[in-house]
Amino acid sequence: MHKVIKGIAVAAAATLALTACSSGGATAPSASSNAPKIKVGMAYDVGGRGDQSFNDSAALGLDKAAAEFGVETKEAAATNGEAESAREERLNQLIEAGYTNIVAVGFAYAKAVGKVAKANPDVKFAIVDDASPDSTGANIMNITFAENEGSFLVGAAAALKSKTGHIGFVGGVGVDLIKKFQVGYEAGAKAVNPDIKIDVKYLTQPPDFSGFGDVAKGKAAAEGMYQGGADVVYHAAGGSGGGVFTAAKAAGKWAIGVDSDQAKTAAADVRDVILTSMLKRVDVGVYSFIKSIKDGSFKAGNTVFDLKADGVGYATTGGHIDDITSKLDAYKADIISGKIVVPAK
Amino acid sequence: MKADIRKVGLALAAPALAILVALALTTLILIAAGDPVLQVWQVLFKAPLPRQIVSIINEASVLYLSAVAVAIGFKMNLFNIGVDGQYRIASFVAAVFAGANFLPGWLNIIVAILISMATGAIWAFIAGFLKVGRGVSEVISTIMLNYIATYLVAFWLKQAAVKVEGSNATSTAVIAPDSRVPGINLDWLLGTSKEIYGLIFLSIAIGIIYWFVLNKTRFGFDLRATGQSETAAVASGINTKKMVLISMVISGAAAGLVGMPLLFGQDYAYGDTVQAGLGFAGLSVALLGRNHPIGMAFAAVLWGYLDQLSNGLQISAGVSDRLVLIIQGIIVLSVVIAYEVVRRAGLRIEQRRVANQLAQAAPEAKAVAA
Repeated sequence: MHKVIKGIAVAAAATLALTACSSGGATAPSASSNAPKIKVGMAYDVGGRGDQSFNDSAALGLDKAAAEFGVETKEAAATNGEAESAREERLNQLIEAGYTNIVAVGFAYAKAVGKVAKANPDVKFAIVDDASPDSTGANIMNITFAENEGSFLVGAAAALKSKTGHIGFVGGVGVDLIKKFQVGYEAGAKAVNPDIKIDVKYLTQPPDFSGFGDVAKGKAAAEGMYQGGADVVYHAAGGSGGGVFTAAKAAGKWAIGVDSDQAKTAAADVRDVILTSMLKRVDVGVYSFIKSIKDGSFKAGNTVFDLKADGVGYATTGGHIDDITSKLDAYKADIISGKIVVPAK
Repeated sequence: MKADIRKVGLALAAPALAILVALALTTLILIAAGDPVLQVWQVLFKAPLPRQIVSIINEASVLYLSAVAVAIGFKMNLFNIGVDGQYRIASFVAAVFAGANFLPGWLNIIVAILISMATGAIWAFIAGFLKVGRGVSEVISTIMLNYIATYLVAFWLKQAAVKVEGSNATSTAVIAPDSRVPGINLDWLLGTSKEIYGLIFLSIAIGIIYWFVLNKTRFGFDLRATGQSETAAVASGINTKKMVLISMVISGAAAGLVGMPLLFGQDYAYGDTVQAGLGFAGLSVALLGRNHPIGMAFAAVLWGYLDQLSNGLQISAGVSDRLVLIIQGIIVLSVVIAYEVVRRAGLRIEQRRVANQLAQAAPEAKAVAA
């Protein structure tokens, strides 16, 4: 009996541990207009609105569209490790609630979008980060990014700013997508300094996606790197990035943000340690999808947001890299012209 | 017969009590958080749509397998927390094998399922061996093995992954269409094209086997005896160490089945977006269903129902769907307490009944003596 009770305690703890309370799904009615409002349903990835990073970048695009053309929105976020049916159900329920333009944020939605889009030919879909056959359809816009190109530039920035010749990379979850950030970053850093030492750490491995929302893990990983001599750490870890910034602040060293311009979105007390951010303009993708609905110019298929299309880039907020922007822009020009080909894996 | 009805009533009283307590506590939490209580319950108690009914049944069939795997351990007084790691590593190995499409059609499915069971069994054997050989608590070793399984699978997945152009997902090769288990279409009954996993029959069969082995065989008796009192089992000639190993291995083999309905009925591959945490959900379902083959079926359906209906919480009530995890957590906690309360109440009722019988019998005995 004793053992069973002990076990029950563990089971209960495990269940409750998954229960980190957060409330999602707020409606944001906006600017009035006489024309019927475009109704957009947002299905976020794990972390949802408020992760200061990937999902927030998508939310920014939605908010911009809402401010400009009065969009009616409904939002819902994914849970870590959820069933495939849960993703389909989320999309179906958004459609049933009348939101006939759906944005699915994250490649986890690929199959669900493919299936639900087929069953609802009148509904328009956009999926971020996937252009596989699973999510290809006449009513689906695929929004993908050249994350490796943007990461190349911040990798170069890290190497240019590093005094110790030792930098770090913190990945949220060990998936191919995040690998793309890592290899781009490494390529950029090595273009500046071929002998640079780069620490790499992934917080969790799939199917555990908690690495995109675990501040404590991000902090521990970055602390280790700073203590080991790294003086710039780039994170591609979504909400866990907050921990990387905290560690940078404590160590008095630099961190590099991701997806959003994190010197603007991160907690106010750590903004000054953010050297730059690799901008993945999910907001541009989401905005252009909604705009195309409004204009009636919706086009199915893959749109790649790369350096050339300003879909990725680096942020200059804070002015910490003003002295090296000319060098970074030279790299940028070389990538756009094809002189430098950034590896993707 | 009368006593039996009383027994069934008592058995049902505990989970019913637990669910009521959970609803009451959740209501308090909602009020404290300032969330719309009425709307939340409206979403959760809405009659499920046809497509949701199918999803509930599908999820329940998977959870049931997980619960049986856990229950085999419970019966032996073993706490196999490792079902989670066992099912993931087993599904991965099975997916790699089935995805290679060495064998045609059903043969591929059957061999892959056997491989999955063997993998789960081996993974559980490690914990069983450590317990028998070195006295390591299986609670600790299986938690550690879960972590090892996660990283091992992630490592292997990268090597086994088949790159699909334009996709950011990582996944094993896809199983050929002739090696997929066809779903059961209930369009004529429910009016939805969503299909029930064909492997639901596997869940039902496992439930029947579980019941039969436990209650009708020598092995099942040994298992229960060892679980209830190890010293008594040793005294009656049962090799308890062997029983620990065997039950751990069987539990692991059952865990190997958990991912099969998903693999052959829905995903057709193992990738980085597979459903996680089924092993832990199985723990809760087994506790709530009291390791009983039918009790666990009801518990699995309840879990599936809560999970499916929770999807509407964010959209229709503006409350996080993780609220359902709170409800489920409280149900697990209160069910343990409720069983103890009901067990004591049952004891008291029994004592009173026996005392009454004795009191009635006593005057007669006196008369005889006189």
